[in-house]
Amino acid sequence: MATTEAAARAAQPILQLRAIEKVFDQFAAVDRITLDIREGEFFTIVGPSGSGKTTMVRMLVGMDKPTSGDILLRGQRINDVPANKRPTCMVFQSLALFPHRTVGQNIEFPLKIRGVDPAARKQRALELLAQLRLPDHYYGKAVTQCSGGERQRVALARALAFDPEILFFDEPLSALDYKLRKVLEKELKDIHRQTGKTFVYITHSLEEAMVMSDRIGVMNRGRFVQVGTPNEIYGSPTTRFVSEFMGEVNILDVTVGPDGTATDDVTGARYLVPASAGAGPCSLVIRPESLRFVAKPSQAHNVVTGTVYNEYLLGSRVQYQIRVGEKQVLLLENLRDQRYEGDLDSQVSVGWDTGDSMIFPKGALQ
Amino acid sequence: MAQATGIVTITPATAARAAPKPSGWRAWLRQPGVLTALPMALLMLTGFVAPLLLVVAFAFMPPQSFSILQPPTLANFQEIFANSFYRSFLASLYLAAATTLICMVVCYPVAYAMVRVFGRVAGVLALLITAPLFVADNLRLVGWMLFLVKGGVLSGALQAWFGIATDSMLYTVSATLFGLVYTYLPFMLFPMIMGIAMVPLEMREAAFDLGATRWQVLREVDIPLAMPGILIGALMTFILAAGALSEPRILGGSSVVMIAQDIQNEFTFAQNWPKGSALSVLMILVAGVLAVTLLKRIDLDGIFGRK
Repeated sequence: MATTEAAARAAQPILQLRAIEKVFDQFAAVDRITLDIREGEFFTIVGPSGSGKTTMVRMLVGMDKPTSGDILLRGQRINDVPANKRPTCMVFQSLALFPHRTVGQNIEFPLKIRGVDPAARKQRALELLAQLRLPDHYYGKAVTQCSGGERQRVALARALAFDPEILFFDEPLSALDYKLRKVLEKELKDIHRQTGKTFVYITHSLEEAMVMSDRIGVMNRGRFVQVGTPNEIYGSPTTRFVSEFMGEVNILDVTVGPDGTATDDVTGARYLVPASAGAGPCSLVIRPESLRFVAKPSQAHNVVTGTVYNEYLLGSRVQYQIRVGEKQVLLLENLRDQRYEGDLDSQVSVGWDTGDSMIFPKGALQ
Repeated sequence: MAQATGIVTITPATAARAAPKPSGWRAWLRQPGVLTALPMALLMLTGFVAPLLLVVAFAFMPPQSFSILQPPTLANFQEIFANSFYRSFLASLYLAAATTLICMVVCYPVAYAMVRVFGRVAGVLALLITAPLFVADNLRLVGWMLFLVKGGVLSGALQAWFGIATDSMLYTVSATLFGLVYTYLPFMLFPMIMGIAMVPLEMREAAFDLGATRWQVLREVDIPLAMPGILIGALMTFILAAGALSEPRILGGSSVVMIAQDIQNEFTFAQNWPKGSALSVLMILVAGVLAVTLLKRIDLDGIFGRK
């Protein structure tokens, strides 16, 4: 797909963070992070609120200064370069479109600042409108009369008009409804492909990150917990935090014995688990889609018996809540065409294969 | 539903339905909106609308008359323009414009700092700025008179410490202007603070991030977005300054005659109510036109957070 030349260029870090730290009142919001962002990649920083992702991006665009550490843009230290002198720009969470200006004036803003003449400005604005699939007559429309999705596109057009080396996004889609968000996620990825620019995107939704990113950094408490491709993050999360952040998962508290098998702390059942970090209390993580209904115990490595408490239809997929004994609840997900045929409250066996489960030592919450 | 007797409780939904079809004036009167507005309406009618109508009526009465029952005439207006009374009018507009401009320039940095820089100190500062308003402005102006008068605090200090001899700074147009700026400064400052506080911080950051310098942020974002507050401040300052009476008299010593002084003279010494009224009507017209044009441009709902 990509030529070798492009691949070589892609491997080149455009932005390097060297042990950057931001301390507010003795609290390290960003805790000595070292990271390389490659030329042309779509890098997403994911984390729960308060994980330090916004603080980090504010330092990267130049609106805050790191307490210590260095930020290098193509090898040049840019810690002390203010935001208006950096060749980067950001799409804000609130979008920060100028309400007293029209769509066209908003898009032209960075060009006006640079003293580009009005005719050239307008031409570029119209090009960008077309690129973002907004009709020409939006040029004169008031920003305040645009819908959420349209504003999103205008904000992106304004950032592209700036022609930044790196484009940052601070959760710009979070205020939109689900359907529109899904559409815009894909559009954004297409724009990334079209422009070939480096995108650094912040979100609290790993799902959103999965759709768009070349690489994802999962952040928690001011540090990166795991950095990798979406496939790596999904397929082999390195911690319980990452696996949990991925979406709905079953987490069982277990104790791993010296023989390498695990005993469920709640039900006392024995499970075969992947070779773990050692004996002791652990969290066993099983994705709902890794659980399946089994007819015979031999059909899966681990089988438990419970009752079907409820069924949830999720469009193409369907989920079941399985109750095991009094205290344990498991979530099972099937494709719609593998829908469970029996009645609610009937006895079922569900199972999973050892390779589909993940085990993390307790306490290693990060 | 709305009958002449009994208490009518109206929920917002039913109120909207009931409003377009009032069943008789008594029912109309019993609507909660009308009832709550009644005290204010009565006050405005007796204290504002009635005197205003009297003044307008007197403006069209023959000169020197004390009744509004004479045949109407334009004689007063003719005399105002024939006998260069419009000069005091122009002086008022000129001084009010200058006051507004100076107040704007002086207030903007202070207002900006109070919103964005001073933090908690801003409250104390606001109190200090409003404190003089608790003293009658005549008294404050007499204080300034003692400060500016020949041999007063200022010229005395200049003479004693630097050996600079100064003439009296009192009774000049500049002293009048100074007095106006001093008196009406808070009326510019506080609306301006409100306007600047309405500018979202992210809007400034976005402009800055897109390459704007501080001046460009000021010109492109700060001032346009704070404009509602600035315009309201300007309007209040201008109208109050145009109607000022004590500043030109106490500090200006009638070196310049402003319209309010002329109006007062007509009503008192000259005993010519119709002419005083005519001058008042002209002034009200100017202020009214200005207020209506400016307020049309301002999004009051935005200021009061109703959007």
